[in-house]
Amino acid sequence: FAGLADVSISEDILVEGEITVPVGSRSLDEDYSTLDEPVRDTILRDLKAVGKKFVHVMYPKKSSALLRDWDLWGPLVLCVSLALMLQGGSADSKDDGGPQFAEVFVIIWFGAVVITLNSKLLGGTISFFQSLCVLGYCVLPLTVAMLVCRLVLLAGSGTVSFIIRLIVVAAMFGWSTLASTAFLADSQPPNRKALVVYPISLFYFVISWMILTFTPQ
Amino acid sequence: IASPVMYLLAEFDDAANLLAANPDATTISIDEPAEIPKNQHNRRQETVREEDDELLGTDDSDKTELLAGQKKSAPFWTFEYYQTFFDVDTYQVLDRIKGSVFPVPGKNFVRLYIRSNPDLYGPFWICATLVFTIAVSGNLSNFFIHLGKPTYRYVPEFRKVSIAATTIYAYAWLVPLALWGFLMWRNSKVMNIVSYSFLEIVCVYGYSLFVYIPTAILWIIPQKVVRWVLMIFSLCLSGSVLVMTFWPAVRDDNRRIALATVVTIILLHALLAVGCLAYFFDAPELDFPAPIIPTYNGTTGITKSH
Repeated sequence: FAGLADVSISEDILVEGEITVPVGSRSLDEDYSTLDEPVRDTILRDLKAVGKKFVHVMYPKKSSALLRDWDLWGPLVLCVSLALMLQGGSADSKDDGGPQFAEVFVIIWFGAVVITLNSKLLGGTISFFQSLCVLGYCVLPLTVAMLVCRLVLLAGSGTVSFIIRLIVVAAMFGWSTLASTAFLADSQPPNRKALVVYPISLFYFVISWMILTFTPQ
Repeated sequence: IASPVMYLLAEFDDAANLLAANPDATTISIDEPAEIPKNQHNRRQETVREEDDELLGTDDSDKTELLAGQKKSAPFWTFEYYQTFFDVDTYQVLDRIKGSVFPVPGKNFVRLYIRSNPDLYGPFWICATLVFTIAVSGNLSNFFIHLGKPTYRYVPEFRKVSIAATTIYAYAWLVPLALWGFLMWRNSKVMNIVSYSFLEIVCVYGYSLFVYIPTAILWIIPQKVVRWVLMIFSLCLSGSVLVMTFWPAVRDDNRRIALATVVTIILLHALLAVGCLAYFFDAPELDFPAPIIPTYNGTTGITKSH
């Protein structure tokens, strides 16, 4: 490259132009930049996405953000916290007690998978993981109900506390079902909506029952 | 085999030529497109008796049978194959449930509701609902029975859910499998007019279990007489659906085998109901010192409470 050594561009000549590389350039740039950013930023970005989805669930308006950028971190956190809070209700023999940690986990995830399969088999247009994401996030009201129940049970476990727990759990059950229906109903064929909504309400009913029948030691 | 098709095409050619030559000629059009195939390949229909038409439902069952055969054409490893088992609308599911709860005497459930389109949605979700209904109702009923006793402490009895699930799903899938195998075996020996596919049998069993759901909820009432009356009532309803479905399928067989089959179907159905009542619902009059796991032995439980 001996000839090139003489090539130089004087600084007052403006070199301009446009190099457009189709598709790849922006994401390449982002990849490099997210690799160099501090770990705190990475974690905070994911946490903010999860938090935004929590807000979407608590105020279910018709928005496609929950569906478009699905993630399973939120459902995992909710499932683990719900299963942890359902611990501690023991009985004389193992067979009569409440659900174990693994049982809650399996019920939530297996139930969500079965409902997703059901809605896809009935002709739904939503993708598998989007549906899992919505069903998992809509467990949030029931997790809040579990928290409230545990606090109420700390105060006492008589009839009054039971009525309070019943009202709270019933309200949260309705909220969960409505929220998930608001997100999922549009992707179903119109004459099969009830066939898809019913298993969802059965799923949340089972979780509500587990929360309501939780009796501490 | 190309020759019948060629013959048919030649006929059309002739007809077209004739029509072209004489446009004003009167032509007769055949309204029933299924009539030609019916005469050609469905020999069984020639031996249909009068009462079978009544029992077997509407006359266009042949057409629907023809259509049903054309639907499931996707290979079994694709998702579309399984989608054909869920090809039902809300009103169809509701109709089938109504047909199982109000059995019309003389009308066959399969012919009337399912012949065109057996689905797996109904059986699966009815069984799931029944599992949770029995577990929840049993838990509630035990709570109300033992309420007020000083040594009683409420337990959620969560393990019973898995037992209920195993029992009910095993009943709803293994008994149809056995029945289907038995009917296929008898079909090879005796030419039966009516034969059902495995999915149709699963469908009938699944929808016939629906009437147990309100029964299980009403079993919360802690009165022995009420419970037994409810059980007999629901057994009659769902049993009649099963009997009216399967009697035409075994009727042509040896009399004793036909009767034995129908009696076995009813006995198994009754065993399921009685077993569930005995295991999940404590007897109201007996005084349990503490919540214990009752032994799963239906007959012992019943004789004890007598």
